[in-house]
Amino acid sequence: MIDKRVRDVAEGLEGIQDGSTVMVGGFGSVGQPDSLIEGLIEQGARELVIVANNAGSGHVGLAKLMEAGRVRKIICSFPRSAGSVVFEDLFKAGKLELEIVPQGTLAERIRAAGAGVPAFYTATGVGTKIAEGKETREFDGKTYLMERWLPADVALVEAWRVDRWGNCDYRGSGRNFNAIMATAAKTTIVLARKIVELGEIRPENVVTPGLFVSRVVPFQSNVSV
Amino acid sequence: MSEFTPLSRRAMAARVAHDIPEGWVCNLGIGIPTLVADCLPKDREIILHSENGILGMGPSPAPEDVDPWMINAGKQNVTLLDGASLFHHADSFAMIRGGHIDLCILGAFEVAENGDIANWATSAEDAAPAVGGAMDLAVGAKRIWVVTEHTTKDGVPKLVSHCSYPLTAPGVVDRIYTNLAVIDVTSRGFEVVEIIPGLSFEALQVQTGAVLYRKEN
Repeated sequence: MIDKRVRDVAEGLEGIQDGSTVMVGGFGSVGQPDSLIEGLIEQGARELVIVANNAGSGHVGLAKLMEAGRVRKIICSFPRSAGSVVFEDLFKAGKLELEIVPQGTLAERIRAAGAGVPAFYTATGVGTKIAEGKETREFDGKTYLMERWLPADVALVEAWRVDRWGNCDYRGSGRNFNAIMATAAKTTIVLARKIVELGEIRPENVVTPGLFVSRVVPFQSNVSV
Repeated sequence: MSEFTPLSRRAMAARVAHDIPEGWVCNLGIGIPTLVADCLPKDREIILHSENGILGMGPSPAPEDVDPWMINAGKQNVTLLDGASLFHHADSFAMIRGGHIDLCILGAFEVAENGDIANWATSAEDAAPAVGGAMDLAVGAKRIWVVTEHTTKDGVPKLVSHCSYPLTAPGVVDRIYTNLAVIDVTSRGFEVVEIIPGLSFEALQVQTGAVLYRKEN
């Protein structure tokens, strides 16, 4: 019997190594697997490279992990936003490396990694600071920038309903980076808002097929949305 | 000295909204562009796109109708219209980068007469600027309209001959709506389409950092 469910956050995060590249899904607070992110503090991995759209807000989730000194580098599109105080302090103090990636390029680098495409060309960033040091090439009279895929060791994802095979659907705007990060990591750990029986998500409505999912962690109800 | 009143942010948004035709798919940037959503003509179907995976955003919800799972790219709660669809970030940016979005309305620090736009970093030394989806939208949308005050709070022109801030994208802006005028970016530079009542062409030129041309009809 295939059963990817684990008991709790600690079992879900077992084996994550120091120096791992960890993708963190969500956009704003929607679909952000805060209990998995905060679980990394207890889990103990250090020198992490985080891939996320934002660099955390307030003192929860990603910001809390950064505040605990576990993050060496962050790859994101929008580090500064309302409440990104932990990021700003660490960055100013030189304790955090930053790689800024345009949001569409970030999404496509993740998608490419999931699809086994090592590089691609895009018009985004041509003629800007983003292009510095990168290869450009002309196609049909227009200049494009080469961008590399962005594979990860671990993806932390939040989904709405998940079955024991790992099939997922998402609620509202919760697909965002979750559905693509799930495809791009060696180990994809899904925080399931609801665990459902096989077949309960109709096949035509499965967004992330279970093959992309390694472990399914039940949602801890003591964590805020 | 003639009398004139610069448009408010809301009036600028309404002026832009007036020009969006039926059926266009539009993405609205942060700031004044976001206000356009509430000014769209009620008799036209215009589809709003959001980077985080939404087509068909409706008006802001009443406090009792807030769905915490529905936010836009500015992290504000939104509603969906009948006919809306939801998708992930790679599909969302495929719509943007694949040229499927009819119009993107952006704010800007500076726009140059050749259509260059700078709207993400306030200095070359800023090591942590937030680019978000601006670069993708600037090169991917079929049209780029900028809505911005004509000058900074200190009176420094934002419409210039060359951008001094780091570029978001070169040569992409089609039209600019300011609190003083509507200006097209053409092969010869800035062409004035309309000026608010009471302000002369010459007075507008004084507040602009590049040569203005009168639109030839």
